[in-house]
Amino acid sequence: MTMTRTTFLCLISAAFIFVLALSRAVVPVSAQKKTGAGENDDSVYAELGKAPKKAVARRNPMEHDPEAVAAGAKLFELHCAECHGENAEGGRKAPSLRTREVQQATPGTLFWILTNGVVRRGMPVWSKLPEPQRWQIVTYVKSLGAAEKSPQ
Amino acid sequence: MLNLPFSKAGPLFCHLYLLALGLTAFAFRAEAQESPYIVAYDHYLEEPGSLEVEYFSTFGTQRGGNDFHAFWAEFEYGATAWWTTELYLDGQTTFNDSTIFTGFRWENRIRLLQREHFINPVLYFEYEHISGADKILKEIEGHDGEADSGDRNALARKEHKHELEFKLLLSKTFKGWNIAENTLAAKSIVGSNPWEFGYAIGASRPLALKASAKRCSFCRENFVAGVEMYGGLGDRHSFGLHDTSHYLAPVVAWNLPSSWTLRLSPGFGLNDKSHRLLLRWGVSREFSGFGATIERVLGGHKR
Repeated sequence: MTMTRTTFLCLISAAFIFVLALSRAVVPVSAQKKTGAGENDDSVYAELGKAPKKAVARRNPMEHDPEAVAAGAKLFELHCAECHGENAEGGRKAPSLRTREVQQATPGTLFWILTNGVVRRGMPVWSKLPEPQRWQIVTYVKSLGAAEKSPQ
Repeated sequence: MLNLPFSKAGPLFCHLYLLALGLTAFAFRAEAQESPYIVAYDHYLEEPGSLEVEYFSTFGTQRGGNDFHAFWAEFEYGATAWWTTELYLDGQTTFNDSTIFTGFRWENRIRLLQREHFINPVLYFEYEHISGADKILKEIEGHDGEADSGDRNALARKEHKHELEFKLLLSKTFKGWNIAENTLAAKSIVGSNPWEFGYAIGASRPLALKASAKRCSFCRENFVAGVEMYGGLGDRHSFGLHDTSHYLAPVVAWNLPSSWTLRLSPGFGLNDKSHRLLLRWGVSREFSGFGATIERVLGGHKR
């Protein structure tokens, strides 16, 4: 079978559009709505309650590291801001991390969510980041709550 | 089979690369944290909606023939958090011979478990439509050996391969170390070739586990080093490590804050059936939010 260049380009374009269309179709509508910008209904945060007790109780080894917040901010910008927004206020695809649910969660809970992701809602697992880097991100996220309280 | 001489396929490659590089004009966010493996796969998929455009080269030595430079472009898209799809376009230059386009592959990886476990399985399946002149050696299967790459391009390209390939990818990350094991089974759609098997294993670790507070290109955490080993396992009639090729390859990746990743891997043949040297390098860039941008361009729904 010989394929002309035009046919080949058409084939690739068609395949690509097909995949894009399919990727939209396979995301459950409920999940799309619940993770949309500004739609921070409680169910988005229900995953926090699924963390095992052992994980919830884990202490943040970076808690007192003076560089952890700055390093976490850098990592957040690289890996998280695309979905959660520049200032973690929530984005097109993922909820705000400044809400009471997140800020009152233990560092261990946030670490568990970061490690395991919420795959069916579109959040990938982040265990590819080394453990200290995940703790740095947790430290940064927790610092956002403290920053909001301080002016009051 | 794609039967394009390079005089035609060359501009095609150029157009695709220009298209890919032109995308950098968009303000996509950087998001590079790539593994150093070139042959082995870990269990991490592309982030949903992100497109990674990659270019890889393999320089291979050839006893009893001409050395070659094989290359491929890879377009990896995170369709969902549990499904990544990739398109490969392959080509090669055999020194003192010619440069040809050798075909394409469509690969899919599906994450089987929702959360992290002691071992994390990912199912991989691929359709490949390549010629016998393909030399990227992205995997070794069956009784593949150096002699298979010795024919002149004009002859080798007459052989057409339509193949389905399945892999079970197992991977685990612990204390910064990633350990990956891949087992593959491939079957030609055409003809009566038996099932062929192969393997790849890898281990890697970032040079530093903690991130520094400043954005930097040369911080140790940006470098990931490791080693991978891959080879054939024979076929259904003669399964095993004998009469096939095996390679051991140190690997290193440099993840730049600008979301570019560079990879380098000198691979060394471990037996007489193997090429003595496969020197691989690659460059890739990730475009976060690509899917959303395309959706907007195509007038998709607003979330």
